[in-house]
Amino acid sequence: MVEHKSFGARLFNGVNATLLILITLLCLTPLWYILMISVSDKAAVNAGAVTFWPIGFNLLSYQKIVSEVAFFTSFWVSVKRVVLGTAVSLAAILMMAYPLSKTSKQLPHRNAYMWVLVFCMLFNGGTIPWYLVIRGYGLIDSIWGLVLAGSLPIFNVILVVNFFRNIPGALEEAAYVDGAGPWRTFIQIFIPISAPVVATISLFTIVGYWNEFFQGLVLSTKQSNYPLQTYIQQLVVNLNLSTLDTEQIKQISQLNNRSLNAAKIFIAMIPVLVIYPFLQKYFITGITLGSVKE
Amino acid sequence: MYSKKNIKHYWLMMAPGYIWLTLFSIVPMFGIVMAFQDFNPALGIFKSPWIGLENFRYMFSMDDITQVFINTIVIAVGKLIGNLIIPLIFALMLHELTIKKLVRPIQTLVYLPYFLSWVILGSIVLNIFGVDGPVNSLLSVFGVEPIVFFGREDLFRPLVIGSDIWKGFGYNAVIYLAALTSIDPSLHEAAAIDGAGRFKRLIHITLPGIKTTVILLAILSLGNVLNAGFDQIYNLYNPLVYSTGDIIDTWVYRAGLVELQFSLATAVGLLKSVVSFILIVTSYALADKFTGYKIF
Repeated sequence: MVEHKSFGARLFNGVNATLLILITLLCLTPLWYILMISVSDKAAVNAGAVTFWPIGFNLLSYQKIVSEVAFFTSFWVSVKRVVLGTAVSLAAILMMAYPLSKTSKQLPHRNAYMWVLVFCMLFNGGTIPWYLVIRGYGLIDSIWGLVLAGSLPIFNVILVVNFFRNIPGALEEAAYVDGAGPWRTFIQIFIPISAPVVATISLFTIVGYWNEFFQGLVLSTKQSNYPLQTYIQQLVVNLNLSTLDTEQIKQISQLNNRSLNAAKIFIAMIPVLVIYPFLQKYFITGITLGSVKE
Repeated sequence: MYSKKNIKHYWLMMAPGYIWLTLFSIVPMFGIVMAFQDFNPALGIFKSPWIGLENFRYMFSMDDITQVFINTIVIAVGKLIGNLIIPLIFALMLHELTIKKLVRPIQTLVYLPYFLSWVILGSIVLNIFGVDGPVNSLLSVFGVEPIVFFGREDLFRPLVIGSDIWKGFGYNAVIYLAALTSIDPSLHEAAAIDGAGRFKRLIHITLPGIKTTVILLAILSLGNVLNAGFDQIYNLYNPLVYSTGDIIDTWVYRAGLVELQFSLATAVGLLKSVVSFILIVTSYALADKFTGYKIF
């Protein structure tokens, strides 16, 4: 591209690049900050001295977590939930999306099925009926409650339907000519071709189950059934600020072991930090295809 | 080619999904009748007495519910506007970046917060804006007394809107960036040869090129006017900021699951669901009319 490298253009480029780097750092500082708190000396943290470098570097908080049974119990609940939930939801989403990507001729009433789906995406009975129904099913304090209660992620189904519809029909016809049935065509042709969208919804599903805390809170009556996010949410004491002055708030927050809490928060972030580089190269394709289409 | 016997397999494939949907989405919808009852858990839905619109009448007679609706709309609209404009500016800046090697790393890093939960980010935000957090230590350098940021009614909404934009702008920029890359580069080249500067090209080529995307996203965001973000507010608020920060979803949660006023909470939730539904359907109709967008 023809570009006149005037002083103004170079100044703009420099300022632009600097700002973008600052913005990027702004997204990372909070994560960095919580890591620094977790590896700093407790007293320094409580005195508010730690900002961007550790003070009195130590790994005591992480050592202390090892002996906390409740933390690991919750971690395990979350792991089970993610594994079961991702398997169940991915299977349900993909299996549902394949027939729905057919025409009304191939699947009679296809549009009616789609409208039921869209209606359920746009309308819900609200939190209270939902809670009472789940309780009625006996899914309180059950791992299956944590997996199923959120219901089918309909947006993901529509994303996959739209992706499948862009796959040339000739491919399917060729498979049928070669004697494959609908299941084989679905599993051996449609799923492998759809790697970007499968990766995208896997990322959303895994992260969604891992991050969810509200269902964990209302569908568990015992702390030992809390998923990790609910456990962490309960750690951060909800101070009633209205009855306290600044000095009192300071004193209470010092009774909390903030280094330890920060270490727990950091560990809770790790799974997301680990899976996201692997899947993120797909998801740009995935979301752009699903959300803006011709 | 497509024999009738495929249909049976298609049904089989769809069955798990539709069963799941029926049990956990459709069945709860019938629970909305509780909004017209004086629901008693011991009697259940079939035996609780019907009271017509009494719950709604009571709801509108409460002062705080009006405030809750106002809070919801103000926070949600603030977020909608911010989440539309800030990612656009960011996408434009990133698109103009001449050091192409930096584009990918920057993009990868800025959408990281989007994937972290509000439990995590909420506690980090509370730490950073805490009485002895980094923001207050920075301010103290300038001689400002420590501010209890999340205890101040006047600061709660800006903090909520700001932190929401911070969490999502990288992710929200993805669609803009895709639209920007689809603009034909030869348009820029031709304009540059004709002597159009960077600013002129932005106004006459780039912005018209992504106009449809911006309009589409703006219209679709209408459906969220009553969604102020339960997870975020729940993890950041406290009774001191209820007057400006309590939203429909948090109110319904407290009224229903903490104070066990099932019917009243269902009525408020139902009102929200119905209004949201109308808004979303309208926004889809508008999106279809102006940009030809179809949901499926």
